[in-house]
Amino acid sequence: MAAASTLKNMALCLTAVCLICSAVVGGAYVVTKDPIAAAARAKTTASIAAVLPEFTGEPEQGSVTVDGVEYPYYKTDTGYAIISATSGFGGVLRLMVGIAGDGTVHNTTVLAHSETPGLGAKCTTDEHFMEQFRGFNPAAKTLSVKKDGGDLDAITASTITSRAYALAVANAVKVYNQLTGGQGNE
Amino acid sequence: MSKWHFVTDGFVKNNPTFVLVLGMCPTLATTTSALNGLEMGLATMFVLILSNIVISLIAPMVPDKVRIPVYITVIATFVTVLQLLMQAFTPAAYETLGLFIPLIVVNCIVLGRAEGFANKHGVGESALDGIGVGLGFTVSLTVIGIVREILGSGSLFGWKFIAGDGILAFVMAPGAFLVLGYLMVLFNKYLAKK
Repeated sequence: MAAASTLKNMALCLTAVCLICSAVVGGAYVVTKDPIAAAARAKTTASIAAVLPEFTGEPEQGSVTVDGVEYPYYKTDTGYAIISATSGFGGVLRLMVGIAGDGTVHNTTVLAHSETPGLGAKCTTDEHFMEQFRGFNPAAKTLSVKKDGGDLDAITASTITSRAYALAVANAVKVYNQLTGGQGNE
Repeated sequence: MSKWHFVTDGFVKNNPTFVLVLGMCPTLATTTSALNGLEMGLATMFVLILSNIVISLIAPMVPDKVRIPVYITVIATFVTVLQLLMQAFTPAAYETLGLFIPLIVVNCIVLGRAEGFANKHGVGESALDGIGVGLGFTVSLTVIGIVREILGSGSLFGWKFIAGDGILAFVMAPGAFLVLGYLMVLFNKYLAKK
């Protein structure tokens, strides 16, 4: 039934299969390239809109190095959306932190995480936890969990994730201060 | 005898999760909620049906000694295509399942059906087998996901009906083993009765 396993047959067969498969993958890549880029752009735009007060015009992209770490950010006329990454419990926790013109945190959103489902992963759904960051004034309160002497309630049974989240926001505040020369809050 | 039994076989007698006990890695890892289980099952089914069809078509032309590399290449191609499609059109699902999509390549169910069924049967039968086993896998993962989500988070498909936290252990790995074990017992008890 199957073709004989001669060297020639095997080489021909593998070559043909690899060529066809590469062509298929290549084709799929070309077809999906634009939709993937569009989906990524839509996500970035949606995240910026979620973390900052309503702004006009296109966000201006940039990046800045603070304490040896590079932070990408988007500048709009109502503030900065800063991408800040720390290590959580299961891996990198990447947040977008929106800081309004007056130096207060407007809102935060999780871009990527690998926290435990049902525990640390609640940092994306726990309203009480996320609510604490809205309108947070870093000049008046401390950005760390209560266990560490700060002003934030941690997510139940997920102190490490909560710490990482608070640290990411605190780093974003540092970035903001460097970007604006530290005016407005100290 | 119609060909319908190729579908029901994959669903009941050859149920990949509860009878063959294959593909345990995605089964345990992605069933933290009903929706995740369903998405993982559908992604695997997509690859399974297409690879079954293609392998049943090319099997007569493939020399025996290189059949495994050829099958893996075919499966990997479909997985890569699926990955690109998911990134483009269902980015949210792609993000939750993340690593487990590329891992479909090494899922024993897919290669098992290629080696154990598709290379000995015709296109139509292989497609039906792919649908049956794929559905069996999808439904099994969804059921595990439903049980774990109800017990662990007090919700179903994201709709919360019990306030508070639920039994957290069921969302984590130990709960996955417990739920899988009990469902396996129930399923095999039902099969033994028939």
